[in-house]
Amino acid sequence: MTVESTAARKPRRSSTGGGKRASAKKPAPQKSNEPELIQLLTPEGKRVKDAKNAVYDAYVADITAEELRGLYRDMVLTRRFDAEATALQRQGELGLWASLLGQEAAQIGSGRATRDDDYVFPTYREHGVAWCRGVDPTNLLGMFRGVNNGGWDPNGNNFHLYTIVIGSQTLHATGYAMGVAKDGADSAVIAYFGDGASSQGDVAESFTFSAVYNAPVVFFCQNNQWAISEPTEKQTRVPLYQRAQGYGFPGVRVDGNDVLACLAVTKWALERARTGEGPALIEAFTYRMGAHTTSDDPSKYRNDDERAAWEAKDPILRLRAYLESEGHADEGFFAELDDESEALGKRVREVVRAMPDPDLMAIFENVYADGHALVDEERAQFAAYQASFADAPAAGEVK
Amino acid sequence: MAVQKLPIAKAINESLRTALENDPKVLIMGEDVGKLGGVFRVTDGLQKDFGEERVIDTPLAESGIVGTAIGLALRGYRPVVEIQFDGFVFPAYDQIVTQLAKMHARALGKIKMPVVIRIPYGGGIGAVEHHSESPETLFAHVAGLKVVSPSNSADAYWMMQQAIQSDDPVIFFEPKRRYWDKGEVDKEAIPGPLHKATVAREGTDLTLAAYGPMVKVCLEAAAAAEEEGKSLEVVDLRSMSPVDFDTVQASVEKTRRLVVVHEAPVFLGTGAEIAARITERCFYHLEAPVLRVGGYHAPYPPARLEEEYLPGLDRVLDAVDRSLAY
Ligand SMILES: Cc1ncc(C[n+]2csc(CCOP(=O)(O)OP(=O)(O)O)c2C)c(N)n1
Repeated sequence: MTVESTAARKPRRSSTGGGKRASAKKPAPQKSNEPELIQLLTPEGKRVKDAKNAVYDAYVADITAEELRGLYRDMVLTRRFDAEATALQRQGELGLWASLLGQEAAQIGSGRATRDDDYVFPTYREHGVAWCRGVDPTNLLGMFRGVNNGGWDPNGNNFHLYTIVIGSQTLHATGYAMGVAKDGADSAVIAYFGDGASSQGDVAESFTFSAVYNAPVVFFCQNNQWAISEPTEKQTRVPLYQRAQGYGFPGVRVDGNDVLACLAVTKWALERARTGEGPALIEAFTYRMGAHTTSDDPSKYRNDDERAAWEAKDPILRLRAYLESEGHADEGFFAELDDESEALGKRVREVVRAMPDPDLMAIFENVYADGHALVDEERAQFAAYQASFADAPAAGEVK
Repeated sequence: MAVQKLPIAKAINESLRTALENDPKVLIMGEDVGKLGGVFRVTDGLQKDFGEERVIDTPLAESGIVGTAIGLALRGYRPVVEIQFDGFVFPAYDQIVTQLAKMHARALGKIKMPVVIRIPYGGGIGAVEHHSESPETLFAHVAGLKVVSPSNSADAYWMMQQAIQSDDPVIFFEPKRRYWDKGEVDKEAIPGPLHKATVAREGTDLTLAAYGPMVKVCLEAAAAAEEEGKSLEVVDLRSMSPVDFDTVQASVEKTRRLVVVHEAPVFLGTGAEIAARITERCFYHLEAPVLRVGGYHAPYPPARLEEEYLPGLDRVLDAVDRSLAY
């Protein structure tokens, strides 16, 4: 139905007025679980081939068994890492943790679609994407442990720092992409954000800028159904991917629990960006299986049935079923991966426990690139004050 | 039973409840304020009792939250909006500073802006970035806004009532690390004016002036100093715009020394303004320059360093010693 026809059928508001407002009855929101998504692997692990998928399917048509095993390995290890971080928070080793449980396919599929020279702008839950970019997972934990406010060199792996202020990074990604285009480079940029973030002005402005400047940026929205306690219906009345149309670029909804579809659709979007066709919006329809963060109590706002329904769509089980039915992986592969998972968990645990508290003087480090007299003065005062305690370490000395 | 012992968060909750009961134009708006009752549970149970039309879960858009609150106020409502954490107010800063603050003046006084913006602020809870900041000066600097911060449960209850009744926009900074501190609330008391400072503890040797989360630290410092034979007076400013300089002046004329304490950076902060004004007003009474204890000209540090960054007992007492040494 077009917009015009909707408007035409609306009853005219009576000019005499006085009655109840017609809008007191809210229009029913379009159900955001409509099954209009791109899916290449069913929850049972069956490969889907149809006309709707064909354009995306082409991007994974020649994927090898080894690559499929690689995607599986990525998801398993990412989940293991995430579980370890959650446990470490429970043990008091981390102040907070934002789990990605359930979102592994969205992150690994999209992350593996990127090229080394692409640039990634994550929010704060993209542990799987970081994994794909080669960021050491233990680097992600410093900020959650409270020893730094970032923890890695963004240019090391073209993976920007986590952004906590919702939606901000979509503009940074757009600007970066504008720069890529100005440089005549053929790399692309991908920005991650959530369904809640889609309401922020910054996200709307990033859509505007990217469209107007035809910036090579892919917007990857993980719709995990919740923004802390608020369901997607509190953010939008139309499926999120449809927003793109109003800005003049394509939007696609993909099954976010299908790693193959996420890989294919993101490859498609990144290639468009690289070849000068401008931005695209991908809505990965997925589910946050755990709490928003370890500080959150989802029992206040949602029931367990919902989670159970999504567990049946688990991205890892789905790919495993496919690998097994195709004979792409044997028992040895899974057993080896189990060992690798345990080793990763152990390493993460050890590294986190050994992470020292920062030097006190770190408060004054890197406030400015060129230095600043006021910071210098306060640093000196702080050092003198610390030194005035009998048992104090000398200024600059690591505690 | 008029007097109850309540944590600060609960005192605000009950204050909001009272306001919703008393005035059908009062609305609560914000992210997660409904079913969840806010991430600090300050709005717990309000949506259940007053419905989704009065207690509104908003989209995740701070500019939208404040911008629509302005519109609702223009239409006769009294919105009380929650910004989830201090560091997330900035998407709304434009609406607050360029619109909310100036609307009354631009309309030659013909319209009023009874909007309350609640902001849990300050550090000390071991949080990640953007969850521990003290941006009050950025608001106090803007004409047209009123800026307050309670330090105890009774003030939390009454100042919220008064903020909601105010026809001016009030930025209501809630000291989040004190949310669970309990204190007595007398719901039948007659509260003092919203912008009047109070003397939280009497003393004769030096005045400590603070607000919000630092009042407790100053009271502890005064107790510790007493053991060393020093008598410190503690003034709870309660309001950063306007500031009740008269109460501070009266105290300083008695004690002749002043140390201002806040978590926000010292540079160009509330303490700087108080130091300048009190120096003007009490130059001949002062035995020592007004000293300030507060945050540094550096981003709020990661949680493992916040105990060093935040003014604690030792830093306050150090300033007290320096002042007394003059
Ligand atoms: C500007 C801003 N406002 C509020 C918050 C507090 N907050 C942190 S995460 C979150 C929900 C985000 O939901 P969504 O964008 O869907 O992402 P998800 O966490 O579900 O992955 C909120 C409200 C914030 N970080 N930044």
